[in-house]
Amino acid sequence: MAVENKINVNDLNLHYGDFQALYDINIGIKEKEVTALIGPSGCGKSTFLRTLNRMNDLIDIVKIDGDIHYDDKNIYSQWDVIELRKKVGMVFQKPNPFPMSIYDNIAYGPRTHGVKNKSILTDIVERSLEQASLWDEVKDRLHKPALGLSGGQQQRLCIARVLAVEPDVVLMDEPTSALDPISTSRIEDLIDELKKSYTIVIVTHNMQQAGRISDKTAFFLHGKIEEFGPTDEIFFNPASPKTEEYISGKFG
Amino acid sequence: MKSSKSVLEVTVEKIFLLSALISVVSVAFITVFIFLEGAPLFAKVNPFTFLFSSKWAPTADPAQYGILPFIMGSVWVTVGALILSVPIGLAVGIFMAEMAEGRFADILRSVVELLAGIPSVIYGLFGYIAISPLIRQLFNSPTGLGVLTASIVLAIMTLPTIINITEVSLRAVPHELKEGSLALGATHWMTIYRVMIPSARSGILAGIVLGMGRAIGETMAVLMVAGNAVTMPKGPLSLARTLTMNIATDMKYATGDHAVSLFTTGIVLFVFILGINMVVQYLMKKAVKEEM
Repeated sequence: MAVENKINVNDLNLHYGDFQALYDINIGIKEKEVTALIGPSGCGKSTFLRTLNRMNDLIDIVKIDGDIHYDDKNIYSQWDVIELRKKVGMVFQKPNPFPMSIYDNIAYGPRTHGVKNKSILTDIVERSLEQASLWDEVKDRLHKPALGLSGGQQQRLCIARVLAVEPDVVLMDEPTSALDPISTSRIEDLIDELKKSYTIVIVTHNMQQAGRISDKTAFFLHGKIEEFGPTDEIFFNPASPKTEEYISGKFG
Repeated sequence: MKSSKSVLEVTVEKIFLLSALISVVSVAFITVFIFLEGAPLFAKVNPFTFLFSSKWAPTADPAQYGILPFIMGSVWVTVGALILSVPIGLAVGIFMAEMAEGRFADILRSVVELLAGIPSVIYGLFGYIAISPLIRQLFNSPTGLGVLTASIVLAIMTLPTIINITEVSLRAVPHELKEGSLALGATHWMTIYRVMIPSARSGILAGIVLGMGRAIGETMAVLMVAGNAVTMPKGPLSLARTLTMNIATDMKYATGDHAVSLFTTGIVLFVFILGINMVVQYLMKKAVKEEM
């Protein structure tokens, strides 16, 4: 069991100062699947996502108890945070390209990790942009500022930037909430393609999106996982009445 | 009730408009005044000679008005000050924006604020009493005064400007950019160096140029430590007179054309400051655009 799970979370509790944001989280995230985290605002799903690559380390008042294992090694005691974030990449809610060229955005990660050879970098840039299905749109303007791209293109650029460091897991925090429907569907197609090679955990407010793209869904409520299972079951045959209420739009 | 409110609104608006006009009119008057007083010199002295001759002998016969040594004096002490203050100011600004925490950060911030509030004559005294003896001993210079001493004093005086604007510009960098870099496995320093500083570049440059303006315009402190010799400065240990010092020193006794030439010196200084301000405004506008 432990072997086939990419990430295992045991009895995770998280506090912001006096406020407890997550209660007794237990979840296993399987390799090369898309796991969706859904739930109303403030339920802790984003906080949980950010725990997986230790982005919560940036906030001093966060206190974390429990174990999170990635590749059977504890992310707090056995992983170096730099190595962990290299393997567990993250795409944010708002596209956040750096104020530099498209090329330099993609090359940023590999350069950070010591790749200096120009032809290797160029290969990585091309491959990553292709994987993010952005290559054809930008191949003639790689050295133009990334901020000149549309919102949807910027988000795919950010996905390409994560792929360039050859991660294993990609965390996505509402990656389409700032995008129009066409850009959203392109990102969803992309996620479908990426799950062949990557393990994906995605936070989404959009129930249909969770239904369309995920294999498993975890429903978060008040800092707890109310229900976790195959997406079809969560959507069509939920065990908890609260899940059913949320899915059918009675609250949230 | 509606009308009484609108009377209040109109009055307040008028008072603010009047205040705004007063400041605009003051600047206009100062400009016109300096030019009216200073420009007549060009009827007697070729502007080219005034700017590029290094002979300043306003009381000789015939009088000579060449302010190049003072322009160079201002350039020397300002460049010297920036060489010293920019690296330190940037480092402190980065430290305050990204690393300092808790009580220590608060103390550091108040110290920097205090640094900005100390009167320039105190800086002059400090330079005269504490820095010049050091320079005298270290470099075996006869007085310990001159370009280097003035640069050090001006560097300390420009530090708060550079520190503050560096800190503010770094804090204005969107948090998403910082997170994006860290999430790719970049270290904190790499994130600062390769993402945050480039994003804050225009603001930081504006801070440096603003510091430069302060250094060029400073009078009292340099008057006490630069040596005030009317010769062309030749190196860091040369005695120097800046444009501001020239005006402040000679004003006490100048008459006739000599007095006029000091206003003409003022015009030159004014043009320098105007240029610097334009650069600052351009950079600030650019910085605001980059933040969006």
